[in-house]
Amino acid sequence: MSFRRSTPRLLTARETPSLSGGSEVDALSDAPRSDDPDRPRRKWSRRRRGSRLPWVPLFIIVFVLILPAILAPWLTPHDPLRGELGDRLIPPVWMSGGDSEFLLGTDKQGRDVLTRILYGARISLIVSAVAIVIGTVVGSTLGLLAGFYGGIIDRVVSWLVDTFLSLPVVLLALVIVSAIGPSFITIISIISVTIWAVFARQIRGETLSVRESDYVARARVAGASDLRIIVRHVLPNVANTLVVLATLQVGVVILEESSLSFIGAGIPRPQPSWGVMVADGRELILSAWWLTLFPGLAILLVVLSLNLVGDWLRDFMDPQTRQGR
Amino acid sequence: MARYALLSLLRGMLTLVAVSIAVFSLSRLTGDPRDVLAPENLGAEDEAALTAKWGLDKSLMEQYLSFVGNALQGDFGPSFKYPEETAVSVIAERLPKTLELGLVGVALTLGVGIPLGILAAARRGSWYDRAARGLALFGQSVPEFWLAIMMVWIFAVQLAWLPTSGHTGWQSILMPGIVMALFGVAAMLRLFRSSLLETLGTEYVKLARLKGLSRSRVVWKHALKPGAIGPLTFFGSVAVRLLTGATVVEIVFAWPGVGLLAYEAANARDFPVVQALALMTSAAIVLMNLAVDLTYAWLDPRVRLGQKAAV
Amino acid sequence: MKLRRSATPVVVEDPSSTSPVLRVRDLRTYLYTRWGTTRAVDGVSFDVEAGETLGIVGESGSGKSMLALSLVRLTPEPAARNVSGSVHVGGTDLLQLTERQMRSVRGRDIAMILQDPHQSLNPVFTVGDQLREALRSHNTGVNRRTANERAIQGLEDVGVPAPEGRMRNYPHELSGGMKQRIVGAMALAYDPKVLIADEPTTALDVTIQAQYLQLLKDVQVRTNVALIVITHDFGVIAQSCDRVAVMYAGRIVEHGPVDEIFDKPRHPYTRALLDSRPRSDVRMDRLATIRGQPPSLTDLPRGCRFADRCPYVVDHCRKEYPETVQTSGSHSAACWRVEEI
Repeated sequence: MSFRRSTPRLLTARETPSLSGGSEVDALSDAPRSDDPDRPRRKWSRRRRGSRLPWVPLFIIVFVLILPAILAPWLTPHDPLRGELGDRLIPPVWMSGGDSEFLLGTDKQGRDVLTRILYGARISLIVSAVAIVIGTVVGSTLGLLAGFYGGIIDRVVSWLVDTFLSLPVVLLALVIVSAIGPSFITIISIISVTIWAVFARQIRGETLSVRESDYVARARVAGASDLRIIVRHVLPNVANTLVVLATLQVGVVILEESSLSFIGAGIPRPQPSWGVMVADGRELILSAWWLTLFPGLAILLVVLSLNLVGDWLRDFMDPQTRQGR
Repeated sequence: MARYALLSLLRGMLTLVAVSIAVFSLSRLTGDPRDVLAPENLGAEDEAALTAKWGLDKSLMEQYLSFVGNALQGDFGPSFKYPEETAVSVIAERLPKTLELGLVGVALTLGVGIPLGILAAARRGSWYDRAARGLALFGQSVPEFWLAIMMVWIFAVQLAWLPTSGHTGWQSILMPGIVMALFGVAAMLRLFRSSLLETLGTEYVKLARLKGLSRSRVVWKHALKPGAIGPLTFFGSVAVRLLTGATVVEIVFAWPGVGLLAYEAANARDFPVVQALALMTSAAIVLMNLAVDLTYAWLDPRVRLGQKAAV
Repeated sequence: MKLRRSATPVVVEDPSSTSPVLRVRDLRTYLYTRWGTTRAVDGVSFDVEAGETLGIVGESGSGKSMLALSLVRLTPEPAARNVSGSVHVGGTDLLQLTERQMRSVRGRDIAMILQDPHQSLNPVFTVGDQLREALRSHNTGVNRRTANERAIQGLEDVGVPAPEGRMRNYPHELSGGMKQRIVGAMALAYDPKVLIADEPTTALDVTIQAQYLQLLKDVQVRTNVALIVITHDFGVIAQSCDRVAVMYAGRIVEHGPVDEIFDKPRHPYTRALLDSRPRSDVRMDRLATIRGQPPSLTDLPRGCRFADRCPYVVDHCRKEYPETVQTSGSHSAACWRVEEI
C-alpha cells in the first residue's frame, strides 16, 4: 500500500482508524474504539433488545416531523399558502387577542402558523429524504469502491470528496439562485452535491478498516470473490455506520435547508419551509414574535431529537458499550 | 514529511483548479453576463466595446483561461454593482470585518470548546460532563439564524443589555461571535471529550499512573498530546464551517463583512465579486486544510518520521 | 510542572520483621454497573516474600488482571470499588491510604509491568522522555542530567544494547521485546519491593519470551524484589515461579510450591488445566479441554464455582463453597473432595 496518510479533516478519512476513531461520526461517540480486527460487529438480526430506548426524541421525530409531513392536510383545515387578510397577525391562542382557530397565531398574510409548520415538515422531510438517499447511494457506493479497491479509484474518489467538501455551499447556492432563482430541485441538488461526500468519506474509512480485518482475510483465503466479500462482510458492517450517519445527517440537511431558505437561496416563497417562515417573521419580531419563535423551535426540536436518536443508535450498535465494558 | 507536504499541496491545487472551473462555469452558463452588465438601452457600439472588453465573444475555453490568468494576478474585473471599484477592492474593504468576527469565533471555539471537552472527559459522568454534553448537543442542533434572531430579541430588545446592530465595540461583536462559535464549540467539545476518553483508557496512561504520576498530570501530559491530534485535525473542518457560516450570521446581525457582501452581490448579480469571493473562500479552505494536514503530520511522530501506516 | 512530592516514602520498612513483603488478605474488588455487581476479586489472600516469585494463573475472566490493578489501586473508577480486605506492603496497608499517599507508593514501592508492550508506551514521546519521567516521578531532587544517566544505566540493566541511542527513539521504532524491556526499566526505576508482571510475555514472540523471563529472574537475584507473575501459560509458571496460586472465578482455588502443583495438583480445576496442555512427549489424538464455561462474575453460584465443569462434583459442592484445606506444608486447595482425589 503506497504511503498516503490521509487525515480526518474536512476531506479524507483516515486509513488507519487507530487514533481517534477515524471519522467525524465515530469521533463524536462516547464509545472508545478498539482496533481488534476480530472485534465483534453485530448484524441487525442479532441485536439485543433495546435498552433505554430514547422515547422522547423518537416521539418528537414522529409527531413533529413524520406524521405532520404525511398527514398535514388532514390535521388542519387551513390553507398553508393563502390566508384571509382579515386574519392578519393574530397572536397565539393563549394570548389576549388570540383565536382558538389559529392555535399558534397567523402571519401577515393571515395564514395559520401551525398549519404552515405542519406543511413545512413535509418540505423538511422530502428535502432531507431525497438528499440522504442520494448521498447514501452515490456517496456510499463511491466510498465503498474507493475503500475496497484502493489504488487509482481511491485517489480519484478521495480527491473528489476533498474538492466537493471544499466548496463554499452558501456562496454557491447564492450564485446559482441569483442566476436561475430558487426552487425545490435547485436546493435539493445543491445539498445533495455536498452531502454525498460526507457519506463517501465515512464509508470509505469503514470499508478500509473492514478490508484489513481478519475475517475478510480468512474469507479471501477461503477463495471468496470480491463481490461476495463485499456483500457478506463489508456491507453489514458498513450498514451500522450508515444508519447512524444517515440519521445524523438528516438533522444536518434540515439545518442547511432552513439556512439556505432563510437567506432566500432555498425553497421559494410561498412554500412554508421553516427557514422561510423565520425569515418572513423576522421583520415583525418586535410585534409578532410568534412568527419566528415557533418555526425555529420546530427546527430545533427535530434536529435535537435526530441527534439524540443518532447518538443512541451509535452507542447501541457498538457491542462494547452495550456490554458495559 | 517533505513528500507528504508536497502531495498535500498538489492535491490542494488541483482542488482549486476544479473549483475555479466550477465557479466560472456557473456564472457563465447561468446567463449571459451582458444581460446583467449592460443596461437595456445600450447602443450597439457600446455593446460591442463591452463584449470586447470582457472577451465575451471568445470561446468559453479562452474566456476561462483569461479568467484564470487574471485571477492569479488578483484581477477579477470591476464590480458590476460599484463600477468604479474592482471586485477585489470591494472585497478587501469588507474583509477585515469578517476576519474580526472569524477571530472571535475561533477564539471562543478553542478557548471554550477545548477546556470544556477536556473537563468533561476528565470528570466523566459528573455534573460538568453532562452540562458540557448538553451544551454540545444544543450547539449542533440549533439553527444559527434563528438563534441569532432570538438572541437579538432577548438581549438587545427585551433586556437591552447589548446593541441590536452596529459593528463597533466589544458589545456588538459579542452576540454574532457567540452564535458563530456555538457550532464550533459544540464540535470541539465533543471531539476532545471522546478523544480524551479514548486516550485515558489506554495502557500507556495506565502505565503513567503506575509510575506514580498524579491524575491531572497524566491527563495534561500523557492523555492530551496524543488525544489532541485527532480533534485538532477536525478543527480545520470546523474552521471551514465557521467561515461559511459567517454569511448567515452577518446577514442577521447586519455585520458588514464579506458574508453579507456575498449576499448583496449575489442578489445584485455582481458576478465578478461573487466569483472572486467563491474562489477566495475556496482558496482559504484549501489552505486551511493544508495547514491542518501539515500540523497533524508534525504532531504525530509516526507520520513525521515517515512511517507508513501507524500501528 | 514540578511535582510537589515529599521525599519520604509512605511505606515504612520494619527491618526487624521477617514478615513477607506483600501480604494480601481477603481482597475483594467488585464492579458496580447497571447490569449488576461483578465480583471480579472475591476474597483473595496470599503472601509473597522478598526474592520470591509467585505465579498467579487463570483463564481470562478469572479476575487476575483486576487483582493486579487492585493491588495498586488503579481499578477502573467509578465502577470498581474495593470492598474489603488489606494489602500490606512492608508494614503499610495500601488500601487505607489516601490517593495522594498511594501515588507516592506507586512506582516506588510497588511497580507493574503491563501486558502489551506495543500499547504500554506513549507513542508521542521518546523513550528517553518516558524513562526520565519515571525516574523523576517521585522527585527526590533529580535533575535532567542525572535522570538521563540513570535512565541509560537502567536500560543497560535490562539488557538493552546501545542505550544512548534508544533514548531518542520513539516507541514505534522498536521491537516488542525491546519495548517490554524498557517498560521493565521504568518499573525498576525506584527499586520497588514488589513487582507485578501482568502477562509480561503474552504479547512477545516465543523466542523472546524465555529471554524476558530470564531477565526478570536476573533482576530478582540482583534486587531481591518480590515478583508476581500473572499468566495463563503454565510454561511461564514452570520457568519462572517458586509458588503458584490458581485463580478461578475471582478466588484462589489452589496455592502451593510450583513443583507440587505440577506433580500433584489437588484441585480439579488445576488438574484439568494441566491436563489440557498439549504434550509433545506423548501422542495425543485429541486435545483435552475443560467442558463448559467459567461462570459470569456477575452471577455467581452459591457453592463451588467450578461445580458445573468438575468431573468430581457431588451434591454438596453446589450447596456450599468449599473450605480451603491444607494438604501439605504450604500447599492448599479449596475443594470438598480434596482428600479423595
